[in-house]
Amino acid sequence: MATTALHPAAPAYRSTLYDWVTTTDHKKIGIMYLINSFLFFFLGGLLALGVRAELARPGLQFVTDQTYNELFTMHATFMIFLFIIPILAGFGNYIVPLQIGAPDVAFPRINALSLWMLPLAGILLILSFFTGGSAAAGWTSYAPLSEDRPLAAIGPGQDLWIVAVVFIGTSSILGAVNFLVTIFKLRAPGMTLFRMPIMVWTVLVTSILVLLATPVITSALIMLFIDRNLGGSFFDPKFGGDAILYQNIFWFYSHPAVYIMVLPAMGMISEILPVFSRKPLFGYKAFVFATAGIGALGFSVWAHHMFTTGAVYLPFFSLMTFLIAVPTGVKMFNWIFTLWRGKLRLSTPLLFALGFLSMFLIGGINGAISAAVPVDFALHDTYWVVSHLHYVLFGGSVFGVMAGLHYWFPKMTGRMLNETLGKTQFVLMFIGFNMTFFPMHQLGLMGMPRRIADYAETAGWNDLNLVATIGGFLIATSMIPLLWNVFLSLRSGKPAGDDPWEGNTLEWATSSPPPPYNFDHLPEIRSERPVFDARWGPKAHGTATAAPAEH
Amino acid sequence: MAGDSRALTTADHSPVAGLAHDARGGISNVVLGMLLFITSEVMFFGGLFAAYFNVRANAPLWPTINPETQHQFHLEMLPLVLPATFILILSSFTCQLAVWGIRRGDRTAFLRNISVTFLIGIAFLIMQGTDYVILGSEGMTLSAGTYGTTYFTLTGFHGAHVFGGVIMLGVLLYRGLAGQFSARHHDAVEAVSLYWHFVDVVWILLFSLLYLLPGKG
Repeated sequence: MATTALHPAAPAYRSTLYDWVTTTDHKKIGIMYLINSFLFFFLGGLLALGVRAELARPGLQFVTDQTYNELFTMHATFMIFLFIIPILAGFGNYIVPLQIGAPDVAFPRINALSLWMLPLAGILLILSFFTGGSAAAGWTSYAPLSEDRPLAAIGPGQDLWIVAVVFIGTSSILGAVNFLVTIFKLRAPGMTLFRMPIMVWTVLVTSILVLLATPVITSALIMLFIDRNLGGSFFDPKFGGDAILYQNIFWFYSHPAVYIMVLPAMGMISEILPVFSRKPLFGYKAFVFATAGIGALGFSVWAHHMFTTGAVYLPFFSLMTFLIAVPTGVKMFNWIFTLWRGKLRLSTPLLFALGFLSMFLIGGINGAISAAVPVDFALHDTYWVVSHLHYVLFGGSVFGVMAGLHYWFPKMTGRMLNETLGKTQFVLMFIGFNMTFFPMHQLGLMGMPRRIADYAETAGWNDLNLVATIGGFLIATSMIPLLWNVFLSLRSGKPAGDDPWEGNTLEWATSSPPPPYNFDHLPEIRSERPVFDARWGPKAHGTATAAPAEH
Repeated sequence: MAGDSRALTTADHSPVAGLAHDARGGISNVVLGMLLFITSEVMFFGGLFAAYFNVRANAPLWPTINPETQHQFHLEMLPLVLPATFILILSSFTCQLAVWGIRRGDRTAFLRNISVTFLIGIAFLIMQGTDYVILGSEGMTLSAGTYGTTYFTLTGFHGAHVFGGVIMLGVLLYRGLAGQFSARHHDAVEAVSLYWHFVDVVWILLFSLLYLLPGKG
C-alpha cells in the first residue's frame, strides 16, 4: 500500500447537534461523558444538600422519613453510578487513545452505545421520582429490604433503579472491552506496555475489574428483579432464600467497584504530579505493579462490608483488607517522592492533585482502622463509615477529577481555565469538604448511625451536624467558580496552544483540540515520556528519563 | 471543516499507517473483543451459579417441596431434554465446520453448516419452550420455591443467550448469502463461533448440575 487518499464526501449541511448525537469520535464521546456525568454530579449534590439540611438540627424540618430515604439512596446512586464511574470512563475515553497514539478506540460505534445508555439510565432514575417514589433502600438495595414484600405500597421506583443500574453496568462492560482491545491492539509503534502512561495502566486494570466484577452485580440485580416481580425466592428466607447471599454477590462487585471508582483518578494525578514537579514519576514500575496488586487483592476483601453479619470468615477478610493497604501505601511513596525536590508549579491541577493525595491518605487510614474486626463491630453503619467513604471517593476521586479537568480542559477546548477562579474553587472545596466530613469521624465514634433522618436533641450530635451542614453548603458554593470559570473560558479564554503545561505524554504532541484522526505525525516513542524526549532532544536520554527501553 | 480540501494520506513510513490497517497481525480486534465479552458472561453466569449452590446448600431437601401439592419435586428428565442437549452439542461441531469452511474459502460449506447451526439453535429453543410448558402444567414454575426459581433463572438465561446466538447466526447467514465473507475477511464468523461454543459449554454445565447431580434429603 503506497498512499490512500480519502476524499471527503460532498459537503452536506448537518447541524452541530446531529453531528454530536451521531458521532463515533472518542473525543466527542469523552466530552459528552463528562457533560452527562457533571449533570448528575450536580443533581446528586442537590440531593446531598437535602440530606444535610435535614440533619442540620434535630427534628424533621423539611422532609418525611420516606423522602429522606429516597434522598440518600438517589444521592449515592447518582454519584456512584452516573457520576464517578462514568466520568472516569469519560476521561479514559478522551485521553487513552491519545496517550497511546491511536486514532480512535477499537470499536467506535460500541463506544457510542456505551455513552448513550447512560442518559437513558439517568432518565429512568429521574422518572422514578414521578411514579410514586424512587428507590429508597440505600444504594446497596439490600434484600429483603429492597424486595417487594416489605415495600409493597411503594411504586416501581426500585424496579426502575434495578433496570437503570443494569443498563449502566452493561455500558461499563462494553466500555471495558473497548478499552482493553484499544490498549492491547492499537498502541503506536514503540509504545510497549511498560512505556504506557500510568493513566493508561490504571484504565487497563480498571477495565479488567469492570469486566470481572460488573457482570456479577448484574446477576444480583436480575435475581432481585425476579424476586420482586416474578415470584422468585432467591433472597427471602421466608421462602427458602438467603438474604446474606445478596450481600455476598453485591459486595463481590461493589468492593472491586471502589477501585473502579478510584484507580483512574490515581492515574490522573500520576500524570499531573510529574508534569507539575518537573520530574519523572518516582518508581514507574512499582506503581504499575501496585495498581495490578490492588486489582487482584480487590477481589478478596468484599466481605469486610459484612463483618457484623456473622456469616463470613472474619480473620481472612480482615487480613486481606490490611494487605490491600500495602500497594496503596506504595503509591503514596511514588507520589510523595515524585514531588520531593521537584520544581513545583502550584497551578490549579497540582493543587487538586495535592488535595487528592492528602485527603485520600486520611481516607485510607480511617479505612484501615475499620478493617480491624473488633473496631468495625463498633463502627459498622455509623457516620465513621460515611466519613471514610467520602474521604476516598470525594477527597480522593472527586479531587482527582477536578485536577484532571483543569489539566486536560486546555487540550479538549483549546482554551485555558482561569487560575484565580480555579484556586478559589479549590480553597472553597477543600475547606468545605473537611468541614463536612471530618466531624463525621467524631459523630461515628459517638455512635450516630448512618441513614437516619432525625436524632435526639440530647444525643450530643447537634453542633457537629451543624458544622457538617455548613460545610456541605460550602462545597456547593465552590461549584459556582467552577461553572463561571468554564463559561468564561469557553467564551473568551486564553488560547492554550498544543502543550501549555510542558506535558510528557502523547496527547500534548497534537493540536488542542486534536483533529478527528488525532495525529498528523507521532514523535518517536522511546520512554514513557515521548513528548518530554522530543522537547529536550537527545540530551534528555541518559540523564533525566526514568525508564530505559524495556523488553 | 478545515479538512475539506485536504487529502488524508497515510504513507507506508507513517506510524499511523500501520495502525489504521492493523498490519501487525496477531489476534484480531473483533475476536479479542468477543473473548473479553465472553469473560464477562462467565462472571455473570458465575453469579447465578453461586446463588444456585448457596440456595441448594441451605435447603434441607433438594429438590424442594412443591408448595401446591406438598410433595417433593421430582428430579425427572423430560423426554426432550436429552435430544435438545444432543443437538446443541452437535451444533458446536457444525458451527466449527462452518468456520473451517470459510477459512479455506469454501463458501458453500460455510453456508450449509451455518444454516444447520442456525436451525438447531431454533429447534433447541422450541424444545426448551415445550419443556417449560410441561413443567408449568405440573406446578413447577418460577415462583414455586427456590427449586423452581433457580431452575428457571439458570435455564432461562441460558435460553436467552441461545436466542442471542441465533440472532448472531442469522446475521452471519444473511451476510454470508450476500457474499461478505472470504478466507481473509471473516472475523465475525470466528467471533460468533466462539460465542456459540460458550453457550454450548454453559448448557453442558447446566445439564450436569440440574439433571445429573443427585438431590439430597
